[in-house]
Amino acid sequence: MTGLHPLVSILLLQAGYNTIVVMLGAAALGAATGIVGVFAMLRRRALVADAVAHATLPGVALGFIAAVALGFSGRSLPFLMTGAAITAVLAALAIQWISNRTRLTEDTAIASVLATFFAFGIVLLTVIQTLKTGGQAGLDIYLLGATAGMLREEAITLAVFSLIVAAVVALLFKELTLISFDADYARAHGFPVKLLDLAVLGLVLVVVVIGLRVVGLVLIVALLISPPAAARFWTDHTGRMTLISAAIGAISAYFGAAISAISPDTPTGAVIVLVAFSILLISVFFGSARGIVTRAIGARHVRRAS
Amino acid sequence: MMEFLQIDLPALLVGTLAALVCALIGNFLVLTRQSMLGDAMGHVVLPGIVIAFVIAGTTATWVMLTGAFAAALFSAMLVEFFRRAARIEPSAALGSVFTAMFALGVLLLEQSGVARTSFDVHHILFGNIETAIWPAATGLSSLFNPVALASLPPQLGRLAFGLVVVAFVVIIFFKELRVVSFDPDFARTIGISPRLIGTLVVSLAALAAVVSLSAVGVILLVAMMVCPPATARMLTDDLKTQVWLSLLFALASGVLGYAIAVLLPLAMGYEISLGAAGTIAVVAGLFQLAAMLFGGKRGAPKTA
Repeated sequence: MTGLHPLVSILLLQAGYNTIVVMLGAAALGAATGIVGVFAMLRRRALVADAVAHATLPGVALGFIAAVALGFSGRSLPFLMTGAAITAVLAALAIQWISNRTRLTEDTAIASVLATFFAFGIVLLTVIQTLKTGGQAGLDIYLLGATAGMLREEAITLAVFSLIVAAVVALLFKELTLISFDADYARAHGFPVKLLDLAVLGLVLVVVVIGLRVVGLVLIVALLISPPAAARFWTDHTGRMTLISAAIGAISAYFGAAISAISPDTPTGAVIVLVAFSILLISVFFGSARGIVTRAIGARHVRRAS
Repeated sequence: MMEFLQIDLPALLVGTLAALVCALIGNFLVLTRQSMLGDAMGHVVLPGIVIAFVIAGTTATWVMLTGAFAAALFSAMLVEFFRRAARIEPSAALGSVFTAMFALGVLLLEQSGVARTSFDVHHILFGNIETAIWPAATGLSSLFNPVALASLPPQLGRLAFGLVVVAFVVIIFFKELRVVSFDPDFARTIGISPRLIGTLVVSLAALAAVVSLSAVGVILLVAMMVCPPATARMLTDDLKTQVWLSLLFALASGVLGYAIAVLLPLAMGYEISLGAAGTIAVVAGLFQLAAMLFGGKRGAPKTA
C-alpha cells in the first residue's frame, strides 16, 4: 500500500497491531462520551462535567504521590484513576453543597469549584516536578491527552469501561429519556428523578476519568457537548440521536488517535475536539432534521406547495 | 533587597494587578449568573493571541490585545449564532465554542513553533507569574528612575491599562450596572437596556481576560473572576461594599498566595517550588470556603 498518505493508511487500520488496538479503544471511549453526553446535555449538566473534569487534576497528582510513596511507579494507572475519581466526586459534592446551601448560584458554584480544584492540582504538579523521583513528565498527558505510547491493556480497559457505560444507558434508556424531556411528568409518575440524575452524573464521572488518558482533562467536556449537540440536527428521536452522537464521538476520537500516531507531539485531545467541532458545524448547516440550509430549502418547498 | 526588587516585586505586582482587574469585573458576572463566562473568555482568546503573534512576530501589547479581542468577538458571535440561528442550548453553545477555540489555540501553539520561543501551553494553563522580572533594578532608587522603570515587564503596563479602563467604566456606569444586576425588569422600565449593559460587562470581562491571560495564565484569571466576588457576596448585600470587599480579598489572595509560594518551601527546607499562580488561586478559593461556612449572609434567600 505504498503511495497512500500516512494518515490515510493509519485510518484504514494499516498501522501496527498496537496502534490499531489503541485507535479502537479511543473510538470506544468517544462513543461512550457521545452516549452519556446526550443525557448530560439534556439534563443541563454539561458545565458541571467541565468542573468535575478539571477537578480530577489534584486527584491525579495525589495518586502519583501516593504511588511513589508506596514504591510503585508514579504512572501506575490504578492509583491515578482512583485519585482522579475521588477528587472528581468531591468537586461534584462541593458544587451541590454550594448551590443548595449558600446564596451563591449554580454557575458561581461551578466556576469557583473548577478554578480552586484545578489550581490545587497545578500547585501539586509544580511540587511533583521538583521531586527527584522521575516519571513526572508522564503526568502532562493527562492535561491534553496523548495516545502515543499507550499500551494495549490500557486501550482494552477503555473499551471495557465504555461498554459498561453503554450497557447502563441501554438499561435505563426509557427512564433517562423521560426525565430529559419531562421531569415533572416523570416525578408525578413515581420515577426516582433525583436518583436518575445521580446516575447521569455518575456516568459523566466514569467517562471523564477513563477519558483522561486519551482526551485530557482540560478538553474532555467538549466530547460530552459537541457530539450530542451535532446529533440533534439530524433527528428528533432520542434513540437515533444517541446512536448518532455515539458515532460522532467515536469518529472524532478515532481521528485524534490516528493523527497522534503520526505526530506524537500533537496533543490528541485538541485534535479530537476540533474534529468533533467540525462535525458540529457541518450538522448546524446541513443536518437533515434542523440544519439551517435544510430548513431553508424545506421552507421554500412549503411556500411553493401552498 | 536587590533580589526582592528584581524578582519578587514584579511578580507580586503582576499577580495582584491581575487579581484586581479580574475580581472587579467578576462581581457583575457573579451577580448576573454568568460566572462561567470568565472561564470561557480565558479559553477563547488563546488562538487570537497566537495568531496575532505569528503574523506580527512580536508580543507588543497592541498586537496581543488586537488578536485577543478579535478572537473574543468572533467567539461571542459564534455563540450567539449557535443560540439564535441554530437554537443550540446556551450552555452547550458556550461549551462547544470555548473548547474548540482553546483546542485551536493549543494546536497553533504546538505547530507554529511559538511554544519554544516565548510562551507555551504550560504557561497558559499554569500561569507564569515567575517570569516577570525586572533586571534593571539596582536598588530602591530604581523605583524613581524613569530609565529603569521603562524596563519593567510589559505585562505590568498591560495590566495597569486594563485595570484603569475597567475601573473607569465601572465607576461611570455604576448606577446602571447595579440596577441591571439586581433588577433587570425595573431597569427596562426606567429606560436602561439590560442587553446593552450586558454587552458592556462582557466586553470588560474580555479586556480583563486579555490583559491577564499571558501574564498569569487561565486558571488564576478564572479563579479571580469568581472567588473574590463570591466571597464578598457571602458577606454583604450592598453592591458597593461587595465590590470593595472583593478587591480586598483579591489583593489579600495575591499577596498571601505569592508569599506562601515563595516562603513555604524555604520554611520547610525542601528543594521544591510552588507555582505562584496556582497558590494564589487556591488561597482565593479558601477565602471563599471560609466565607461560605461563616459568612453572615449565608442563609439569605437566593434572589439576586
